[in-house]
Amino acid sequence: MNGLQTALITGGSHGLGRALATKLAERGLRVVIAARELAPLKAHAEALQRRGLHVYAVQADVADKEAIYPLVAQATLLAGPIDILINNASTLGPTPLRLLADTDCEDLELALGVNVLGAFRLTKALLGSMLLRKRGVVVNITSDASVQPYATWGAYGASKAALDQLTRIWAAELPESAGIRVFAVDPGEMDTRMHQAAVPDADPTTLAPPDDVATHIVDMIASDEPAAHGARLEVTTWRNRHASAA
Amino acid sequence: MHPQPDDTTRLLVVDPAHGRLAGRTMRDLPALLRGGDLLIVNDAATLPASLPAQTASGASIELRLLGPEEPAGSGQFRAVVFGAGDYRIRTELRPAPPPLQTGERLQIGPQLTATVLARSQLSERLIDLRFDLHGAVLWRALYAWGRPVQYAYRVEPLPLWAVQTAYATRPWASEMPSAGKPLSVEILLALAARNIQIATLTHAAGLSATGDPALDRALPLPERYEIPEATVRAVHATRAAGGRIVAVGTSVVRALESAYERGNGTLTAGSEIASLRITPEHRLRVVDGLLTGIHAPEESHFELLGAFMPKELLEHSHLHAKAHAYREHELGDECLILGGSLPDEKKRAA
Repeated sequence: MNGLQTALITGGSHGLGRALATKLAERGLRVVIAARELAPLKAHAEALQRRGLHVYAVQADVADKEAIYPLVAQATLLAGPIDILINNASTLGPTPLRLLADTDCEDLELALGVNVLGAFRLTKALLGSMLLRKRGVVVNITSDASVQPYATWGAYGASKAALDQLTRIWAAELPESAGIRVFAVDPGEMDTRMHQAAVPDADPTTLAPPDDVATHIVDMIASDEPAAHGARLEVTTWRNRHASAA
Repeated sequence: MHPQPDDTTRLLVVDPAHGRLAGRTMRDLPALLRGGDLLIVNDAATLPASLPAQTASGASIELRLLGPEEPAGSGQFRAVVFGAGDYRIRTELRPAPPPLQTGERLQIGPQLTATVLARSQLSERLIDLRFDLHGAVLWRALYAWGRPVQYAYRVEPLPLWAVQTAYATRPWASEMPSAGKPLSVEILLALAARNIQIATLTHAAGLSATGDPALDRALPLPERYEIPEATVRAVHATRAAGGRIVAVGTSVVRALESAYERGNGTLTAGSEIASLRITPEHRLRVVDGLLTGIHAPEESHFELLGAFMPKELLEHSHLHAKAHAYREHELGDECLILGGSLPDEKKRAA
């Protein structure tokens, strides 16, 4: 994996985060998964440990500023200095989704707290160490809702647009020679708990399995031609390009 | 509110080769060094090392943990015991804690207890303890009940965010390796752009005061450090190319000089205990310069500074720092001691 040895994945107990943890651990990395609820997180870590993989669970709410250093410290003790950070934890806010004009102030704050501030704080806490080791990848999981103005997706969409811009600015500030790559990935529509909550009547056969999406994201991190610093990549585009190249 | 150290933190520059002093800010650091120089930082994260506790007889005490947990995963730490009260009472005015007995149980949080394993011969306030939890559950409890160690000069409680350097990794330090706190990502990038390399080691920086005169005289206590292979290689390459080694913090000086002594004249990688006490008589073998806080003669760090410069220049620097209101303590101003750092400055030191 290009010398990358450890990963921290937020929102690691379900859906894409869970699939990413499996794929990275299968590639031999030591992986820390973080989430608010300990039980499903621990169950997933223990299932992978039984396969001989190095996966550790740390309970943390990334929306809580005071939870960040406890998470970083525990992750570092368990896995070693973190080489890959995947800011995957996200909240939609309450569902069914409502018009932006009907969104409660607190629900916009919550979306920004998890999806923007959580990612910002965790990245801030880890970048310096990556910089001194000249080794680091930060992947921010975004959404097409960050670009398309879908009705009722206001809080989520605005938070993901902010995350996209943080991604671009980090990339603009950190020269390639620093050895750190920051990029955003739009995973597309996936068959996950979150999608089910947002679009309950979607046909699951039209949705990508998280395992398949995770394989492509691991490829973006570690292939010979990985994702460019500052890029915003769509998994569907990446998949089509690499399928036609093969 | 005390401002947080950053790029604008004042930097007193002392050039022992020319006997000169000058006032700068941390932003000037890259320009004071030369391409090919090597900075070595202590990447220990700061523990929430201060834990309020109750003894078996119900007396209130405070535990200050000395990192790291040893052995890892055991739940065992060394700790200094303080009497009733907290950091808002000046350390030297704190009441003495009741003597703890081996085997005594200490209550920290509702679910967090510890057992006293041993008392040091140095002082009955220095103990070994074992928490009755271990692993992830223990770390969660320590971060829930512990707070950063702090001192009376700052009234408001310090958040954990205020005591981590930009590059902190494993939580080993009882007090922040504070010399590196003003090293922002902007400064780190500016150093790299000038071809000034930065390497790391991890050193379990301990307490700067205990309130027990016997224990204070023995500071710094033996402390765990770990030097990576890459850092040893960087030191050798820097030396070979004529560059200078600048330690960021006294803990880095202690780790490097201890490792050199232990290796019988060769700097070797690995994890060991630093028990070397660096005095003005110590001949520095690895380190050429030091970036550190502003220290006063009553501190244990002050005698270490004597290894970097003659007594007269040290005294002159101290008076200069006082006269120009440089702030002492760990969130204060900084001092760079490096021969050749002020080649063009007008001679000022008497």
